[in-house]
Amino acid sequence: MKTLAEAKSKLPLFIFLTPILLWLILLIVLPHLDLLRMSFRIENDYGDMVWSVNNYLEFFREPIYWLTFTRTALYAIIVTFLTLCISLPVAFYITKVAPPKFKGFLSLLLLMPFWVSELVRIYGWMILLRESGVVNHFLLRWGVLRQPVEMLYNDVAMTMGLVYTSMLFMVVPLLSVLDSLDDSLIEAAFDLGSSMITIVWKIIIPHAMPGIASGSIVVFMLSLGNYLTPNLMGGKNSLWFTEQIYNQFIASFNWNQGSAFGFLLLIISSLIIFVGLKLTKQKLSGVIQ
Amino acid sequence: MHIDLSVKHVSKRFESFTAVDDVCFEVEKGKFFSILGPSGCGKTTLLRMIAGFEEPSEGNIFIGAQNMADIPPNRRPVNLIFQHLALFPMMNVAENIGFGLARRNESKAEIKKKVADILERVNLPGFDSKKIHQLSGGQKQRVAIARSLVLDPTVLLLDEPLGALDLKLREQMKIELKKLQEEVGTTFVYITHDQSEALVMSDHVAVMNEGRFEQIDRPQNLYSKPASPFVARFVGNNNRLPGTCVGYADGIAELKLTSGETIAAGTERQITPGAQAELFIRPESIIIEPAEELPELNRIQVMVSSILFDGANSQLLATSPALAEEFLISLPQNRQYEHICAGDRVEIGWDFRAGNCFTVP
Ligand SMILES: Nc1ncnc2c1ncn2[C@@H]1O[C@H](COP(=O)(O)OP(=O)(O)OP(=O)(O)O)[C@@H](O)[C@H]1O
Ligand SMILES: [Mg+2]
Repeated sequence: MKTLAEAKSKLPLFIFLTPILLWLILLIVLPHLDLLRMSFRIENDYGDMVWSVNNYLEFFREPIYWLTFTRTALYAIIVTFLTLCISLPVAFYITKVAPPKFKGFLSLLLLMPFWVSELVRIYGWMILLRESGVVNHFLLRWGVLRQPVEMLYNDVAMTMGLVYTSMLFMVVPLLSVLDSLDDSLIEAAFDLGSSMITIVWKIIIPHAMPGIASGSIVVFMLSLGNYLTPNLMGGKNSLWFTEQIYNQFIASFNWNQGSAFGFLLLIISSLIIFVGLKLTKQKLSGVIQ
Repeated sequence: MHIDLSVKHVSKRFESFTAVDDVCFEVEKGKFFSILGPSGCGKTTLLRMIAGFEEPSEGNIFIGAQNMADIPPNRRPVNLIFQHLALFPMMNVAENIGFGLARRNESKAEIKKKVADILERVNLPGFDSKKIHQLSGGQKQRVAIARSLVLDPTVLLLDEPLGALDLKLREQMKIELKKLQEEVGTTFVYITHDQSEALVMSDHVAVMNEGRFEQIDRPQNLYSKPASPFVARFVGNNNRLPGTCVGYADGIAELKLTSGETIAAGTERQITPGAQAELFIRPESIIIEPAEELPELNRIQVMVSSILFDGANSQLLATSPALAEEFLISLPQNRQYEHICAGDRVEIGWDFRAGNCFTVP
C-alpha cells in the first residue's frame, strides 16, 4: 500500500506529465490507431467493409507505387548526403574558423530563411529560377544565354530546393557537436603529420558522428515526408511518394489505401534509418542526445 | 657539439601585446632543456612557434640546420605534447600511438612492432586495445609521450605535461620522464611553472618572465647564482632584505637597513655606494642561535612568529624591526631547536657571502 507521502511526491510529476500525455494520446496515438485500423479494411463486392491486407499488397502489385517509393527514398538519401556535404564545412567554419564575435551572427544568418514559411521560400526560388525569372534575366543580359531556359520543374531544382529546406536541421546538430571538439585534437593530428583530409576523415567525422547521424535522420525524414517542394519544384514526371498518399486521400477518396501507404512509408523509412544507424555503428539513444 | 634547436631573436606580438620578447637560445642534441616561468609569461606561445602553430612576428627558428619559416607543423621534425595531452578519444591506445606512423605510410606489421616496443618503453605493455577513457591520469600521460616519441622526432616539445596530475604521481613521473629521456636520447624542450620539475629533470633551465628570458643556466647555478631579483625570488624560497649601499669591496657590499643597522651582503656584481639594493638569502643559509665565536656573520635579534612543521622541510617565520619582510628560516629537525616556540626571541645569523645582493633599478 502506498503511503500518503509517496502519493504526494508523485503528484507534481503527474501534473507536469498530464498535458504531454494528453497531447500524445489524443493527437498522435489515437489518430494513428484509427488509420492503422482503416488500412486493414477494404470494401468487398457487396459494398460491405471487411478485414484484409489487400491495401498493403496493392503497393507491391502496382509498379507505379513501389517505383515511386524507391525513387523517393533514393532522392531523400541523396538529399541527406548533399545536405551533409554542404553543412559540414559550414558548421566547421562557424565553430572553428570564424572569429568568435561573428559566431552568433553567422548562426543567425543561417536561421533567417526559416523565419518565413516554406511556401514563401519555395516561391522565392521559383521567382529566381523560372523561365522569365531573375537568373534567366541576368544570364540573357550578360550574353551567357540566347534563349531563356526553364530551370524549374526538374529533379535538380527539386533536389536543390530540398537541400536548402533541410540545411538548418543538419547544421544545428553539427554546430553543437563540433563545438565540443577540442581544438587541440585537430592540432595534435596536424602535429603528428596528418594532412587536412586525414584530419577531416580520422578526427572530425568520427567525433561528429552522433551529430551527423541525428542531423541525417531528421533531414531524411523531412525530405521523405515533404510534400510542397517536390510538388512545386519537381517536374510532372518526378512523382514523390507523399503525392501518392495525397492522391489516395483527396483525389480517389480511398482513405483505406491512403493509410496503408502512410504506414508503409513509416515502416520502410524506419527500416532505412535502422540500417543506416547499424552501418555507422551509432545507437539511437546516443544520437538523440 | 651538435645543435638541435636554435631560436634566434624570436618575438611574438598579439596586436599591441608582446607575448614573447626577443628570445634567443640553443639546445644541444640529447639535452633536457626546460623553460620555467609563471603562468601567462608566454611559454606556450614560444613552444607553439617552435611546433609551427604560430608564426613568429620577428626572428627565426632552426631545427637541425634547417630554417623553419613557412614549414607547416605536419612537416616539422618536432612533436608537441599538449598541456591537456589531446589524446584521440575515438581511438584506442594502439591506434593513438600508431597514428603518426600510419601517416608516414609505414606497413601494418612495422607499426604494430613499433607500438609494442614503445609501450614496453613507457611501462604499459599489453595496453594496446584499451580505450583512452579507461586509462588513469598517469597512463594517459605515458600514452601521449609514447605517441610522440614513437615518431623519433629531432626535438620533443612538452607543454606542462604533468600539470594535471596529483602531487605524488607528479613526483614519480618526474623521475620516470628524466630516465626515459636519458634512455632514448631525444632532445627535450620542457615547459613548466613548477620550479622543482625544472630543477630535477633539466640539463639547462631558462627562466622566463613577461615574455623575456631572464637567465639560462644549469639548475645548480640558477639556485646559487641567480642573475636577477626575479630569478632569485622565483627559483626556490628566498628572503628579501632591502637597504642602501654604503660601501663596496671585494664582492661584499655594505648595506644600511631602514632600521639603521648595517650588514655585509655578498654579491656577484659591483654595487656603487649610494644605490638602492636588495639582498636575497635562502632559508637554509640562515643559522639559528649561531655560536659566539663564528666569524664574518651578520647577526640579528628576531622574534619567532610561528613554526611551520613539515617534516624535513620544517621552517619558522621570524619578524624584527630590522627586517622589512617576515623571514623564512629552515628549522632542522635534529632536536637541537626543539625548545624554540612561537613568541620566543632568538638570534639568527648568516655568512657575509651567503646571500645575493642586487641593485634596485
Ligand atoms: N591568440 C592570442 N591572442 C592574444 N593574446 C594571446 C593569444 N595567445 C596567448 N595570448 C596571451 O599571451 C600571453 C602568454 O600566453 P601563454 O599561453 O604563452 O602563457 P603560458 O606561459 O603558457 O601560461 P600558462 O602557464 O598559464 O599556460 C598571455 O597573456 C595570453 O593572454
Ligand atoms: Mg601554457
